Amino acid sequence: MSDAPIFAPGAQVRVKDDWPERRGPCHIRTPHYIRGRTGTVVRPLGAFANPEDLAFARPAPKRTLYHVLFEQPPIWNEGKPGDTVMVEVFEHWLERA
Amino acid sequence: MPDDRPIPAIHDMGGIARFHCTPVEHDEAPPDAFGKKVDALRQLLAQKKLMTVDELRRGIESIPEAEYFALGYYERWLRSITALMVEKGIVEKDILP
Repeated sequence: MSDAPIFAPGAQVRVKDDWPERRGPCHIRTPHYIRGRTGTVVRPLGAFANPEDLAFARPAPKRTLYHVLFEQPPIWNEGKPGDTVMVEVFEHWLERA
Repeated sequence: MPDDRPIPAIHDMGGIARFHCTPVEHDEAPPDAFGKKVDALRQLLAQKKLMTVDELRRGIESIPEAEYFALGYYERWLRSITALMVEKGIVEKDILP
């Protein structure tokens, strides 16, 4: 199956450092504060239509969505060691770290 | 956050210091007559296959910051709907006030 998740729970992944503000008209739904950051895959959540395409009414192939866990203090410059931030991120916005 | 990063669009506000520690609003008002009309327009356009909520969201998120905060919730919807109809050539820009 081509739509099987490519990242397993525990995999280290980096969120692509891609910015709509830099690239031009596009629709990336990763929060700005995790772009370029490394996190850990918690679990795949299933495959859903790519919001980047839906936003422009284009045909939207399904993409695997993941829960990805990040350490909070380096991201927001606040919190205690051990605090975490979990974000839902689509597979095509991630790369192996 | 490194200085070479673009300033994120206004909807992407997680971790931004000026939004820290603001109380959560629990008294969310139901839509007023204007809001209901805007929502009815959105539903009608969706039924006619002229727009989707994903496109609506892209339009809302591309509103410049100064305008974004000057507009009310459903005013942002209407601003996005209008921009989408012009973008698709369904409404001519000239007829807008």
